[in-house]
Amino acid sequence: MTKHSVTDVIGIPDEGIDKGAEKLTPEKITRVIRKLLDEEGGARLKVYMETCVHCGLCSEACHFYLSNDNDPKFAPAGKVKQTLEHIIKKKGKVSVAFMKRACEVAFTECNLCRRCSMYCPFGIDIAYLMLFVRRICHRLGMVPQYIQDTAHSHSATMNQMWVKEDEWIDTLQWQEDEARDEIPDLRIPLEKPGADVFYSVIGPEPKFRAQLIYQAAVIMHAAGVDWTMPATPGWDNSDMCMYTGDQEMVARLKKVHFEAAMRLKTKRIVMGECGHAFRSVYDVGNRLLGWKMPPLRLMHALEFYYELFRDKKLTVKQKYEVPVTLHDPCNVVRGGGLHEMARHVIGETCTEFIELHPNREHNYCCSAGGGVINCGPPYAKKRVIGNRVKAEQLAAAKAKGAKTIIAPCHNCHGGLEDIVKYYELDMEIKFLGDIIYECIDKGQPED
Amino acid sequence: MTHEIYAFLRGPMVWISLTVFLGGSVYRLASMWRLAKKKDAVIFHYISVFYSLRSLLHWVSPFGSLNMRKNPAMTVIAFIFHVCLIATPVFLSAHVILVKESWDISWWWMPDHMADLLTVIVIGCCLFFAGRRIKRPDVRYLTSVSDYLILAAIAAPFITGLWAYHQWPAFSAMMLLHMASAEILLMMIPFTRLNHMLFFPFTRGYMGSEFGAVKNAKDW
Repeated sequence: MTKHSVTDVIGIPDEGIDKGAEKLTPEKITRVIRKLLDEEGGARLKVYMETCVHCGLCSEACHFYLSNDNDPKFAPAGKVKQTLEHIIKKKGKVSVAFMKRACEVAFTECNLCRRCSMYCPFGIDIAYLMLFVRRICHRLGMVPQYIQDTAHSHSATMNQMWVKEDEWIDTLQWQEDEARDEIPDLRIPLEKPGADVFYSVIGPEPKFRAQLIYQAAVIMHAAGVDWTMPATPGWDNSDMCMYTGDQEMVARLKKVHFEAAMRLKTKRIVMGECGHAFRSVYDVGNRLLGWKMPPLRLMHALEFYYELFRDKKLTVKQKYEVPVTLHDPCNVVRGGGLHEMARHVIGETCTEFIELHPNREHNYCCSAGGGVINCGPPYAKKRVIGNRVKAEQLAAAKAKGAKTIIAPCHNCHGGLEDIVKYYELDMEIKFLGDIIYECIDKGQPED
Repeated sequence: MTHEIYAFLRGPMVWISLTVFLGGSVYRLASMWRLAKKKDAVIFHYISVFYSLRSLLHWVSPFGSLNMRKNPAMTVIAFIFHVCLIATPVFLSAHVILVKESWDISWWWMPDHMADLLTVIVIGCCLFFAGRRIKRPDVRYLTSVSDYLILAAIAAPFITGLWAYHQWPAFSAMMLLHMASAEILLMMIPFTRLNHMLFFPFTRGYMGSEFGAVKNAKDW
């Protein structure tokens, strides 16, 4: 595999961080940090910070550490040392330069994938600690520019991609129109009260990948699902504010999403194939709104597909014959336990399945998650160099014959595409929905 | 003078160190509980006894987690170290006799040559951990002076105890150092990183609960 020096991936200029830093003084930093530690730094933070014995057993959990030739700066506990450990030791009396580096560590060198929590003997939640650093950065107004732009979009439009309300409706009608060429009686039902399924997607679907909505509609139609999408904000289940440390916005976003589903009196929310959105709706946003678990039944696409196949709602016409492998996305596997369901669907739709190693909960992150890919082009190379192990893992599956990588998560898609291209792996990446769409009996009328 | 120091370490200081250790532990746990109630109330909603135990059981069983299987030397040494660290002082005949003389209660004790072996193992493990801190770049990067001091504090009562038992030169002074260092170590537990003895079940248990009950996944 190609090797790169880590020195050219640290200290990348970023307007969001640099301009934010220009407005800061050490006094201001101290004041903000102390206030935050006082208001939000509870028992978890204290215990995690005081219990870590610096054993380094978390190091080998991290793809950044492994891929950067075991550079200690990229070890999970090493990242805590460069950020929170010093911040707490100095009681917030840290310099502007220090905070710039801390910001870079927390936003672009950790995917919050939680693999290290499975390697730390004490189960210290390092992702939680990195999120705390991001929260500090958010309060200080120094967040990488690209991801902050998506957070702005969230707060202005309630979706990630500055999609206007009429554009959203228009996109759905356009996809419905397109799909009716293939299946004349197909509908994308908007605002249907009492539907069984409220289907929500992430902002980039109508913006860049509208064919995924088309495909979802075809699958719903073939399975005879009673479904709907809202014509109002709340259709976007994504959430970059969760990753910028803007928890107030997370709560607003999830409220709009849940309320759209409730207003339509739908029985359950089914989400498209996105990992971070699942984390936000299933695990984070509900908590910020005071719900222990989501207020109505919530299903990620993987679970929904599994249910459709288990209940024989879909029939496979022609299995996908190219050998496939599966990348287990952190947020739906380590964060949702959907790995066996994914394998069940692959078993139903594909002829040959080759496992990646490690897999399931132990799979390596794609290095795009946790908002890292959303920090934009300045960090693309760093993210790809920081995941050489993923390329090696994929190459091993390729050597066994795998040609298609199934990645049931949008961020994973983006991350893996960059990795496949950079390391010249020549593998195709698909959503599970792509495969299902290709394989099932769509119920088209006979010619 | 020596006798007075001995009497102090053998008498009041035992009570002081036990009080600081037990009282400190209770204080740390109780104050953390209070802080959690105040600022992290969420913990109490998500912690699950079943999933805590499920995770803990995997992590207190040798090779029960993938990371332990990936680092067999560290796993074996860490387990042996912790067992010897606790078993040696508790089951040492001299200690059992001291307790018997004071309060007339006693329990099984191990033969002295076995205690010797366990003591040497503890010292050896401390050397291994120190070596690991120096040798492995990632661990060296994380290590601060306090980490070495803690290792020294653990090794001290074992080294001095071994010395005193075998009556090597200046053994009576060593005996005093033995008692003093052990009492210091005991008092350090609640207030240093050694507090993982208190908090480990909670941090691991909470992660086990989050993974098990919410995320439907394993955490080992």
